[in-house]
Amino acid sequence: MIVTKLTVNGKAVNINASPDTPLLWALRDELKMNGTKFGCGMALCGACTVHVNGEPARSCSTPLSACEGKKITTIEGISGKGLHPVQQAWIQLDVPQCGYCQSGQIMSAVALLNKNKNPSDADIDEAMSGNICRCGTYQRMRAAIHKAAAQMSGKKEV
Amino acid sequence: MNTLKNSGRRDFLKTSAALSGALMVGFHVPGFSKTEPTMTAINGWVRVGNDNSVTIICHRSEMGQGTYTSMPMLVAEELEVDLRRVKIEMAGADPMYINALLGGQLTGGSTSVRDAFDGLRKAGAQARMMLVSAAAAEWKIPEADCRVDNGVVLSKGGKKLFYGQLATKAAALPVPKDVPLKDAKSWKIIGKPVKRLDTPAKVTGKAEYGIDVQLPGMLIASLAQCPVLGGKPISVDDAKAKAMPGVKAVVKIDDGVAVVATSFWQAKSARDALNITWDNGKGATLSSTGISQGLKDALAKPAASLKKTGDVDSAMAGAAKKIEASYELPFLAHATMEPMNFTADVRKDGCDIYGSTQFPQLAEGVAMQITGFPKEKVKVHTTFLGGGFGRRIDVDFIVQAIQISKAVGKPVKLIWTREDDMTHDFYRPVSLNTLSAGLDAGGKPVAMKFRITSPSVTSRLFGAFVKDGIDPFMAEASVSPYDIPNTLVELAIHDAGVRVGYWRSVSHALNCFANESFIDELATVAGKDPVAYRMAMLNGKEAERFRNVLNIATTKADWGQAPKGRFHGVALMEGYGTYVAQVAEVSIEKGAVRVHKITCAVDCGTMVNPDIVKAQVESSVAYGMSAVLLSKITFKDGKVEQSNFHDYPVLRMNQMPVVEVHLVASTEKPGGIGEPIVATCGPSVANAVFAATGKRVRKLPIEAADLKSA
Repeated sequence: MIVTKLTVNGKAVNINASPDTPLLWALRDELKMNGTKFGCGMALCGACTVHVNGEPARSCSTPLSACEGKKITTIEGISGKGLHPVQQAWIQLDVPQCGYCQSGQIMSAVALLNKNKNPSDADIDEAMSGNICRCGTYQRMRAAIHKAAAQMSGKKEV
Repeated sequence: MNTLKNSGRRDFLKTSAALSGALMVGFHVPGFSKTEPTMTAINGWVRVGNDNSVTIICHRSEMGQGTYTSMPMLVAEELEVDLRRVKIEMAGADPMYINALLGGQLTGGSTSVRDAFDGLRKAGAQARMMLVSAAAAEWKIPEADCRVDNGVVLSKGGKKLFYGQLATKAAALPVPKDVPLKDAKSWKIIGKPVKRLDTPAKVTGKAEYGIDVQLPGMLIASLAQCPVLGGKPISVDDAKAKAMPGVKAVVKIDDGVAVVATSFWQAKSARDALNITWDNGKGATLSSTGISQGLKDALAKPAASLKKTGDVDSAMAGAAKKIEASYELPFLAHATMEPMNFTADVRKDGCDIYGSTQFPQLAEGVAMQITGFPKEKVKVHTTFLGGGFGRRIDVDFIVQAIQISKAVGKPVKLIWTREDDMTHDFYRPVSLNTLSAGLDAGGKPVAMKFRITSPSVTSRLFGAFVKDGIDPFMAEASVSPYDIPNTLVELAIHDAGVRVGYWRSVSHALNCFANESFIDELATVAGKDPVAYRMAMLNGKEAERFRNVLNIATTKADWGQAPKGRFHGVALMEGYGTYVAQVAEVSIEKGAVRVHKITCAVDCGTMVNPDIVKAQVESSVAYGMSAVLLSKITFKDGKVEQSNFHDYPVLRMNQMPVVEVHLVASTEKPGGIGEPIVATCGPSVANAVFAATGKRVRKLPIEAADLKSA
């Protein structure tokens, strides 16, 4: 057991756990933050996606030892005063079904839009194909990302 | 009437309210304080608070298919309340919530709306009538002089009482027997694309799934199960595991050895350090080649007759041409995004279990059996499900959680890894379906035989439903809609030695693949267009809905005019009372099939929420395409060869076709929509691949090698 110091959603936290503990389980079991989901444990499905220093990362395969001093953002941390435009677009198009993968999907979508204000379908495919959704909400997610992009850039929606 | 008041269920509702706050995404009436209102149950679905808040109980598991919205819509329509202000709570296990179409409190078989459509409207209407009666008594006026508007009863004279002011009195009244329901034309909620009530919680990470359950003093378990299905632990060396940090106990149960620790990672790490000797049992030599050979050998077994018309043998003998083909499908995993998990709290005074289940009644049953507690001391708390697809009808993981909690005397959350989930599923059965047909000189079928050979899920789960060798859930979509004078449909149950489970669309996927591929083969032999060939055999009033959807789908898809380099294939089916025609548009790129577009025409009768219907079609295409293009489960030395999404690939966003859905407006009774379109994916794509390559696809998933030999 060692203490790892990191920042989660803007708040400094100390986590006392074995350094090989994946960030996912530190968030869930130590910090009791359940929004980030366990799907595969091998960075294959994206359900556990968070941002580490602003970059999307699969928290199931990111050990605490790699998180010392890092800034972590989770699904619980992306809303400001209101919901993030991606969350709003998700609501407007009723994207989720079972919803289990959606925290990870949204974190991947937010990371994409942080870098690319106007992604093409191909950009979206590239950024989102690491995230599996067994309910098949892909078509709605793609539309919602375009919608959020338009909202974020203040453009009239297509 | 108010049975909830004195039963254990009411305690459950209270406990549930306290523990699963995240589940309740409804909103309190603005202006009221945060103190919990006193709720009065009017009946099993409606509870009214002294703050005028309304809670609707959802008695069907929400696993993505939208019951959390569609069930309350039915109640709210007649109760006359604003759905956006209603709180939703999941039901506990209770006989009043039994699904009459399935005979248990079970969510599956695309039955939720079909079963609840009348009953839930009636429950809403009864509650409203009782509230009106209470108001009429208060005002000493006839009920006919009262009307309701959005949670308020109003008198002709302008008096008003809120539901919350009437609840206690209403609950004491007799339940009305004569309950007239609104005419469809007066519906304000049903038939509208109402926004899903669970979306806000699901985009903020607040929705509570089984894996998110937290209880005071709870421990986490990771369970090592025998790599060979059905195998049992003989002995375990747990010295190393027990010495590891956080480990509280090592528990041997029927299915394996569990490590119980304070966190998942500790439990899982220590589980990996266990040294277990297994008795592999009789499954130790299973292999996919053996299973495939077993299916072929089983063709010699006698089969039970499902449907017989005319004299198929004579007609076949006299036919101008005879065609035969067989279609083989693999085992499949459900691969829900949320791996199996459950939380059990077995105490001296009772047992509470929490999690994602499609079958709360069976969960309650196994809890009673394992703990010895009577029904009133066992409570089931159903959370949101991170996918179901039939996997969560089974309760193996619930049994395990209860056994572990009982052994350690503490609340325990058992979490399976993805590998546990992939290798210990109840798999979608393999099948070998054989068809033969006789055509007349004009190419029209005069005789057709269809034989199903496949394992039976129902024999294991609901044995009483299997009679005279017929499992009705193996026979779905086996009788084709076409007008063929001499037919024989037969079914042989074949135990392949692998545990099997219901998988989204059940046998529709197996039988529709064979039937709708074969009819395309016949069209080719007859030299006819596949759509025209089908249409010519859809005669009479009973085929009207088939003709309609086939017409819509092919027109909207520009049948026969696919863009250059792309090819069309079609499939037609009725399942769960829903009629679907599907056109797939595919191309072959770098030796692999690419599905560009799926056009679906769907007639599912009366729709409660057309947008959820549409979402289910999109969803079914994604789920179906995984099976058509990517996934299969195979066995070697008794072990499942796949373990995670690298070797059990499923559809990803870059592979998702455009899905175009055309819904037929209808006043027919509701059909099921969660599953049928999964089944039409196989044949529509396979038929399009034939159009593209001239190569018949008779097994799935379609692999590169199958296309090369064209």
